[in-house]
Amino acid sequence: MATRAQVQVGAIPLADAMRPARSLWKDAWHQFRRHNLAMAGVVTIAFLTLATFVGPYLWTLPINDINFGIAIQGPSATHPFGVDDLGRDLLARVLWGGRVSIAVGITAVVIAMTLGTAVGALAGYFGRLDNPLMRLTDLFLSLPILPLLLIIIFLFRDNLRALFGPEAGIFILIVVVIGILNWMPVARLVRASFLSLKQKEFVEAARTVGATDGRIILVHMLPNVLSPVLVAATIGVGAAILTESTLSFLGLGFPSDVPTWGRLLFDAQNYLDIAPHMALFPGLMIFLTVLSINYIGDGLRDALDPRKS
Amino acid sequence: MGRFILRRLLISIPTLIVISFVVYAILALAPGDPLSQFAANPQVPPEVRERIREALGLNQPWYIRYVKWLQALVTGDFGFSFMSHSPVRDLIAQRLPNTLAVVGVAYVVGVLIGLPIGVLSAVKRYSPVDHSATTFAFIGISVPTFFTGLLLIIIFSVKLHWLPFIYDSNLKVHDLATFTDQIKQSIMPIMVLALADTAVLTRYVRAEMLERLPLDYVRTARAKGLRERFVIIGHVLRNSLIPVVTLVALGVPAVFGGAIVTEQIFRVPGIGELLVRSIGDDDIPVVAAIVFIFAVLVVLFNLVADILYAVLDPRIRYT
Repeated sequence: MATRAQVQVGAIPLADAMRPARSLWKDAWHQFRRHNLAMAGVVTIAFLTLATFVGPYLWTLPINDINFGIAIQGPSATHPFGVDDLGRDLLARVLWGGRVSIAVGITAVVIAMTLGTAVGALAGYFGRLDNPLMRLTDLFLSLPILPLLLIIIFLFRDNLRALFGPEAGIFILIVVVIGILNWMPVARLVRASFLSLKQKEFVEAARTVGATDGRIILVHMLPNVLSPVLVAATIGVGAAILTESTLSFLGLGFPSDVPTWGRLLFDAQNYLDIAPHMALFPGLMIFLTVLSINYIGDGLRDALDPRKS
Repeated sequence: MGRFILRRLLISIPTLIVISFVVYAILALAPGDPLSQFAANPQVPPEVRERIREALGLNQPWYIRYVKWLQALVTGDFGFSFMSHSPVRDLIAQRLPNTLAVVGVAYVVGVLIGLPIGVLSAVKRYSPVDHSATTFAFIGISVPTFFTGLLLIIIFSVKLHWLPFIYDSNLKVHDLATFTDQIKQSIMPIMVLALADTAVLTRYVRAEMLERLPLDYVRTARAKGLRERFVIIGHVLRNSLIPVVTLVALGVPAVFGGAIVTEQIFRVPGIGELLVRSIGDDDIPVVAAIVFIFAVLVVLFNLVADILYAVLDPRIRYT
């Protein structure tokens, strides 16, 4: 936008004026590309996602093939990540587990962002909803999240398993509960932006020409809070993956036949002295994924912040 | 000031009531019957089961039961554990000091390391010090506490044999040797938590310092000839701490979450370890009490943060 305005003024060097106008998103992309670590994060995440989704078709060793003869063997040519206490191939399990972990992270964040944006937008736009909704947000913020997650999953696990099957049931439960307990920061963020946006002329203009409240919120105001929400969402995916693996690590996540990264670490902790590779590989995967996501979030924050350029 | 604290205290009461209600509702809505053990037992006829329900007050509507539960909670009566049949209050009293000690020491270590690193990293922006500090902070935030814990065990217990594998809760400190043992077994659980605290704190402090360093009042302070050290510590850092305090308070639930994990890894006998075990054992009274205590701790730390906030920021009126 700034570029176009400058071209109209015409008081800038010709070379700059000749440059084609750039949209806000192209501008952001240009900024983002300069953040080396964020780009490294994108490459790593792309590779890991691809590996977990395509990998199981290329690395065809089964995840549940028990073979006590080779139990707890370290990395070798046939088993690059080694095998676990039951002789199952760890590379296959890590690849499969990544699929679950990444899916949980993204789905949970979609739920949290939707909830948070809705609450924040309503609180920021409708003055009389502000106080009750923000008190609710404060309340959720002072909940002890991990203990609550633990008991909710423990108490409702069997019911949902009976309803949706053992894997889908626990997936739905974990994703929904992580989403419901993590929307608060986004709600605060969106509310704060909405409060100041509401006073802007373009909102007034939209109202003058007869736009409904719903239209003003969805079409005029929401696009303006997209970038901070995007940054929060990116970092949220990393946090959700951490939460899921923490639950699995405490033995309250996915059942043992679904090898998520946290679950693999849970299985590994009894063999630390004789088979440290069982902990190292899944742990490194969680670490790499979350680190990359955090760097991407950092790069996005820099790229989308209009104050920096 | 006294009135401000009192007001804040009064505001936290409704929060605590609602949290207690949430905890109660989750437990009450949960499938399963406290008497399900009797259901399978042919020796207990249905009439007897009904009479037990009546005697336990289980036939009363949920709101009556909630009020009674809350009344007991306020007087510190958490009921009895299903497993050990001892009062929940005693179980928690035994373990809470361990949790608070680990979390507290870790926090102090985190502040002692994180604050100077954050300040240094902001003052010497883009220097090698800053780059390594930022990288360290990113790693600290991204590495899950349970992985750091397992990694430390692999390195220091399995490979180097320097530190004990598991926390020995029967250890009593009475001389120098047992004291060093106590230190040795506490190092890893504390360091795991402190690493996470340090990383978060470093990032907050750095960001807030950077925001304030170019401000006019800082230039004024320098212009009137104050020593640089005093400008940084007395002017920039002091103002930066105001938002940091709030952010740190908001992170307290995460810290206690981390404590659950660390206690689980190192078998530290704290309330987090008790919680995980009680969940596995279906020990509802203990689970409810611990979740509620975590909530109280979180509310308490938010309160402390609000008061600190008022102390640090004179612009906040004590009303």
